[in-house]
Parts: sequence; C-alpha cells; structure tokens
Amino acid sequence: MKKAIVFKSVKKNFGKLEALKGIDLTIEEGEFFGLLGPNGAGKSTLINILAGLTKPSSGSIKVMGYDVTQDYQYARRSLGIVPQELVFDPFFNVREMLRFQAGYFGKGQENDDWIDEVIEELDLKDKANTNMRMLSGGMKRRALIAQALVHKPPVIVLDEPTAGVDVELRKRLWQFIKKLNQKGHTIVLTTHYLEEAETLCSRIAMMDHGKIVALDKTKNLLKRFSAKNLNLRLDLKGKKIPISIQKFMQNLDYHSISFLIEEIAEVEFIISELKKTKIKILDMELTNSDLENVFLKLTGSKK
Amino acid sequence: MTNFKTEFIGIWTLLKKELLRFWRVVFQTVAAPVITAVLYLLIFSHVLANHVKVYDNVEYTAFLIPGLIMMSLLQNAFANSSSSLIQSKVMGNIVFILLTPITYLQFFLAFLIASIVRGIFVGACIYLFALLYVDLPMLHPWIIFGFAIIGGALLGTFGIIAGIWAHRFDQMAAFQNFVIMPLSFLSGVFYSIHSLPPFWQKVSQLNPFFYMIDGFRYGFFGQSDVPPLLSLSIVTFFFVVLASITLGMLKSGYKLRS
Ligand SMILES: Nc1ncnc2c1ncn2[C@@H]1O[C@H](COP(=O)(O)OP(=O)(O)OP(=O)(O)O)[C@@H](O)[C@H]1O
Ligand SMILES: [Mg+2]
Repeated sequence: MKKAIVFKSVKKNFGKLEALKGIDLTIEEGEFFGLLGPNGAGKSTLINILAGLTKPSSGSIKVMGYDVTQDYQYARRSLGIVPQELVFDPFFNVREMLRFQAGYFGKGQENDDWIDEVIEELDLKDKANTNMRMLSGGMKRRALIAQALVHKPPVIVLDEPTAGVDVELRKRLWQFIKKLNQKGHTIVLTTHYLEEAETLCSRIAMMDHGKIVALDKTKNLLKRFSAKNLNLRLDLKGKKIPISIQKFMQNLDYHSISFLIEEIAEVEFIISELKKTKIKILDMELTNSDLENVFLKLTGSKK
Repeated sequence: MTNFKTEFIGIWTLLKKELLRFWRVVFQTVAAPVITAVLYLLIFSHVLANHVKVYDNVEYTAFLIPGLIMMSLLQNAFANSSSSLIQSKVMGNIVFILLTPITYLQFFLAFLIASIVRGIFVGACIYLFALLYVDLPMLHPWIIFGFAIIGGALLGTFGIIAGIWAHRFDQMAAFQNFVIMPLSFLSGVFYSIHSLPPFWQKVSQLNPFFYMIDGFRYGFFGQSDVPPLLSLSIVTFFFVVLASITLGMLKSGYKLRS
C-alpha cells in the first residue's frame, strides 16, 4: 500500500517550548486515523506543519510521496485541511467561498457539481447563498469542512471537526466522511469525543507533551489500555491528587503513583486533571496490569 | 510545475476574489475617496486659484487635478492590498490561501493587480468628475497610463509589505498616518516643488510620490519639474526594490507561516 503521510523525526520549538519532540508516524493510504491527546499535546501543531502553515524546526514530512516543502504544490493538492479555528471570510457567501477555494486549486466550472454535492451532504443547501457572517457556529464549521473537500483531496485532515456541531449533523457528517474513506480517501482526525474515535478510526495515535505515547490499532489499544497501569512520577510539592482521579489510584510509593487504566479516555482525563491542579509529571510509563479480574470485567462490559 | 491551465485558474481566482472584495464595499473603497478628492478640488481651486501660478499656460485648477488623481490612485492602491491582508490575517481566513498550491509569485501578482485596478478605477472616477469642472488636455495618454500602472504597482506592493508586517489594525493606521499621508502631501500635489525653500525641495526629491505625480502631470500638460523618463526610471527603481523585498518576504513565509 502507498503511504499517505510520513512524518520523520519532526520537531517544533516555539521559543523555549518544545511543542513537538520528534514525531515519527506513517499513515497508510485509505486509513481512518485518529490523533488524540489532551489540550496542548501538539496535535494541531503537527497538522499545521503537514499543511505548510507552520515550518518544522527539523524533520521531514511527505504527503502522498510529495515533500511538503520541496514539492509543496503537489503536496497541498493532495491535502484537504479543516483547521481547528473557526475562520471565515465575511465578504462572501458559502457557495462563492467554495468556488474560490476550488479555484485556488486550479478547479474550474467542471467542479461545480461536486461543490453542490458537498453542500448537499453537509446540509448547507438552505444556506448556500447566505453570507458567511450570517451562519451559526455549527454551520460555519460545516462550511469549513466543505472548503477542505472542494478539490477532492486524497488525504483529508480534520482538526476537531465536530466541535459545536449538533448530534444529528455530527452523525450525518461522519456518514459522509466514512463514505469518502470507503472511496479511498485517507482520513486523519483529531477529536476530544473518545467514542467518535473509537467507532470511526481503525488506528489511533495518542499524543502528550509533543510525543506519541501510544500508537496502535484501535481495538488493540483499547484492549491493551484496559489492562494497564499508568505509573506516574509526580512533582506534588504538597499538592493533593485531585479527587476526580483518586478512584483510578492503585498504590502510592514515595513519588510514583500507579493508576488503573480501562480506556484511553482515562489517560487523557488523568493527565488533564493533573495539569489543571498544576501537578507536574516528571515521568510516565505504561505497564501491564496484574489486576486480571478488573481486566476481564472491563472487556466483558465493553462488548 | 503542473499544467498552465490549473496555474492560471489559481491566480485568476485569487485576483477575482480580491477585486470582488473591494467591489462589494464600493461605497467605502471607491465612492468615499472620490468624494474626498472632489472636495479637495472644489476647496483648493476656489481658495488658491488666483494666488498660485505654476505653469504659465496652465490654470491652477487644471494643474491640481492630475496630482489629486494620482494621489488618490496611490492611496487606494496601498489601501487595497494592505487592508485585504490585515483583515485576512486578523480574521484568520488567510489560511484559505496559504493551504493552497498558489505560489508566492502568484500571490504577489494577484494582490498587485487588484491594487492597480482599484487605484486606477478611483483615479478614473475622479477624472470624470473633474471633466465637469475644467477642460483638461491629455497630451501623452501613454505616459499617463504608464505612470498610473507603475504608481499603482509601487503602492500596491508597499501595501502588501505593510499588510504582512502589521499584526493589528492600529499598526496599519500608523502606516497610513505616518508614511502614506506625509508622502502624499509633501509630493507637490498642490504646488510645484520649485516654489518651496531649497531644503524642502531636496526633501521632496527623495519622495517617490513626487516623481509619480510630476510624471503623471507631464502626461496631461507636457510640462514637469523633472524629465518624465527620469521620473519613470526612479519610480521603476523603487518598484523593483520593494517588489524584491515583498517576494523575499512571501517566499520565506515571513509572518505568514510561523
Ligand atoms: N504559534 C504558536 N506560538 C507559540 N506557541 C504555540 C503556537 N502554537 C502552538 N503553541 C504551543 O504548542 C503547544 C501545542 O499546541 P497545539 O495547538 O498543537 O495543541 P493541540 O494538541 O492541538 O491542543 P488542543 O487539543 O487544545 O487543540 C501548546 O503548548 C501551545 O501553547
Ligand atoms: Mg488543536
């Protein structure tokens, strides 16, 4: 199979902050891939580097075999990016925006049928001639998704595409994206809705602090995580472990605390709760849990 | 490079978007500067007509018009690219262009041409208004046209630089107030620089606006302070310098791609 995206030791520093600490990741053509992780993990930075919006400090990135800096025209033609920020151009209506966007990619009127299809699928038909300013937040989000699809890119990257989209339309959106995936488009998405990632993605990378901390098929990951301990060495400095995550706690050494993990969601939750209370994580490791009973119970209740 | 047609559609689309952008708000982008220029014309010609004589056989009101046209053309060419870029940056929708295969050269050309078009359009409207008011000869139409293009190009380019450099609207306003306005008013729109004290004559000679206005005026009357070819060369030189800076900025992604 061809490789849709290849990241090779990609690093990014913003001043002193190491936003990405060496990412190696290959996504195959036709995959439905999930990029998960707490706020500030570096997901958007990685996507922006892929898109050419941010320059990597080092490393190389290829999309469909094209280097994103050397062969940027080809790389960008192969990519459809839905940015995380809700941006829009207040001068134009939805259909105009989509036609312009297609035009930038060299697509002329022959592409208008596809644009109409995208408008239809994203339920923007009523609003096609409405100025972008007049759309609700969820509609703007859908218009942004439509914009990423106008040139039928083989690789589609969605950075939190469902934030602010209502349940009904979210379902419909995923049906559409799944259909595109079945037609051969590679899909990469970030989301904070774990159940979305679980049901849609065939493979998942978990990021934290600019590193990939887990990468596997979704089902393996779920299995593996449901039988794991997350051992954290923390810089407590007199602070207390938040009550919300105390229920995961197994035992407590001098500095190392181990948490029983049932699913990926919980790793993210624990890390973010610690972050909220400003407890610094000095080290982390995942080990196989010896709590076999818990493991069996969990997998039993999952199916 | 991919094929010519896709490349052409890309740049044409960006140009069309830029043109539509100012056309959608034509009242602000064209009507307002035309009204301002016409007001200048009415007031200055009325107040100064019997006091200032620049060229022997040219009435002051007629003398004033080419300068006003050029000044408005330059200001609007600058306003077009700079305001489009700063708005796109502040709104964040600049990414829609940055995500595409549009090259930095195509980006430059599209913004440049849109600026020239808006500048010339505003200038042409002022010209039409002025015709109601005085008889204006047009001795060398090609020189008029040439200076209009190179002037629009120079300020359009300058607007791109300002639009890329500025982060906020107030920085852009500072550019307008501390660079564009002084250069416009110290350029000999309302007088011949020969009527200035020697020091200010020297200062004016460093101002590219002066050469654009002087050369443009030559196209109408066949008289100028500086030979028009010299003015054209100087303005072209400024354009080449600014265009090189702009292309360098765009190529490196300065302030656009972090
Ligand atoms: N332009 C920038 N300048 C400085 N720091 C930045 C910049 N962009 C991102 N960062 C920092 O890089 C880190 C990673 O940010 P990033 O946006 O990639 O996180 P994320 O995983 O997408 O988070 P979220 O789930 O909140 O979207 C953060 O600490 C952020 O503050
Ligand atoms: Mg993000």
